[in-house]
Amino acid sequence: MFGPSLIVDLGSFFGINPNLIVDLQEMWKYQFMQHAFEAGTAIAILAGVTGYFVVLRRSAFTAHAFSEIGFAGAAASILINIAPIDGLLAGSVMGGFAIAALGRRATNRDTQIGIVLAFSLGLGLLFLSLYTGYATEAYSILFGEILGISTGALYLTIEACILVLAVTGIIYRPLLFASLDEDVAEAKGMPMAFLGIVFMVIVAVSVSFAVQVTGVLLIFSLMVTPAATAQYLARRPQRAIAISVAIGVLVTWSGLFISFFTPYPVSFFITAEAFGLYLLVRLVRLALKPRKVPVVEPVSQ
Amino acid sequence: MTITEAPSREVGVTSDLIVAENLAAGYREKVVWKDANFTFGRGEFVAVIGPNGAGKTTLFRMLLGLHPSISGTLKILGSQPRRGNNRIGYVPQRHTIDAETNIESQELVRLGLSGKKWGFNPFSRWDREAAHTALQSVGSMDIARRPLGVLSGGELQRIFLAEALVSNPDVLLLDEPLSNLDIRRETELLHLVNDVVRSRGVTALLIAHNINPLLPHLDKVMYIANGKVATGKPGEVLTSESLSALYGIEIEVLRDPHGNVAIIGVEEHHGSSVGV
Repeated sequence: MFGPSLIVDLGSFFGINPNLIVDLQEMWKYQFMQHAFEAGTAIAILAGVTGYFVVLRRSAFTAHAFSEIGFAGAAASILINIAPIDGLLAGSVMGGFAIAALGRRATNRDTQIGIVLAFSLGLGLLFLSLYTGYATEAYSILFGEILGISTGALYLTIEACILVLAVTGIIYRPLLFASLDEDVAEAKGMPMAFLGIVFMVIVAVSVSFAVQVTGVLLIFSLMVTPAATAQYLARRPQRAIAISVAIGVLVTWSGLFISFFTPYPVSFFITAEAFGLYLLVRLVRLALKPRKVPVVEPVSQ
Repeated sequence: MTITEAPSREVGVTSDLIVAENLAAGYREKVVWKDANFTFGRGEFVAVIGPNGAGKTTLFRMLLGLHPSISGTLKILGSQPRRGNNRIGYVPQRHTIDAETNIESQELVRLGLSGKKWGFNPFSRWDREAAHTALQSVGSMDIARRPLGVLSGGELQRIFLAEALVSNPDVLLLDEPLSNLDIRRETELLHLVNDVVRSRGVTALLIAHNINPLLPHLDKVMYIANGKVATGKPGEVLTSESLSALYGIEIEVLRDPHGNVAIIGVEEHHGSSVGV
């Protein structure tokens, strides 16, 4: 949706060289941009994969709650002068364990989750008001600040990405089965409680890292929107996951690129592009939808 | 009570697949039903009938090894119930699938066979062929690639049945598969289940509210009510005497010329306008 012509337009509007290659070279000179691209890519992959299951299991609200519980953790860690990502991780993973321990239907308890979510935001606000330093810290946790990612945080992000992808890869099929057909999966002897806890921790970790890009409040743009768009484009889970990852990476890259040449924040462009793609896919589907369901040919082997 | 044609049923093979002796079901403090004795052989089609909360689903959960019995013995396929027995196919009572679920129906059937396998690898050729066969046996090849979210109630029940059949089970547990179906779909699904029972020699237990559509197919009926269980051939159980004894109140069983029954005096039942 943000094609080259628009980038050129934006570029010339802001008095920047409208040559794409030159622009890329220019951007790549900065280490913070390299870091942002590397971390952003890892996070987009992570969020695209776990986001598929978040959408399938209708746990979007839970994922949002994790980010706000994480916000309280991050605000607390700023106060006691440790890295916000540590507090974020601690907060949201604890939230993950708590919700998984509450039982298998807990992810649908909107009211209770909402209550915890509001309290967490309030707690975060208190911690931030106790902190006498820069207000920008709060701003970057709430709305994301991928451009300031340190080398240490970059490596941590990449390690977390590899770890979560490995775990998701291992539990992929049982998790898919349990998500689609809980009762039969349980009767088949699947370890439902174990799967529930592992999934919640995976989501909590993914949310914590995705907060670096989009911030606490815009977490859906990477955790939910790409996967929600992808599920309209593919009827087989593995393809949908691949598309979800591709959309996440695409919006992250172009968001970073556009924001480098404009004074506006990365997370806005990521949110807007993800939303635009979602809207486009839904509109196209609506337009293409046949009046009657066509006869489907037999299954291929 | 006449049992309709039973072509491929091996009369000689009467191995008992499910045996209960003095079985009691319930939860920590509360007994739901007790003193149940029943035996179901290979290839029998059994209806499980009773009011809401009588403990019908509890029986299924006990057979699946998901819920312990309070007392007595229960054996299925020659051993104690255990979770994850592949020889049991299960169709739970389900709320409708979310209309947003844009996943091919055949993926669910494939998961029924190999959903337990760890790893990200795609379905094996064996998985896909078994799912294909299961879908064919329920006549659902035409909807194999349709998303689950757009299927009608009857279509979904066929897919669930294929999912249960894909592991080639000896026992089939169907929890209220007829609940969201109109009369025509109900009849179609019952014929299909009957075909499966007869052609595969599967023992099927089917929970329902209304016994009439099932009567042409049944070998046995199990009535659960009032904390008690009555099991036997439909002609034996569906009598005024046996149901009165079960419910502990005066009950009258009326029959019309087509063999349909109406049970008078049981208010809990709301399956149809004529009582049970």
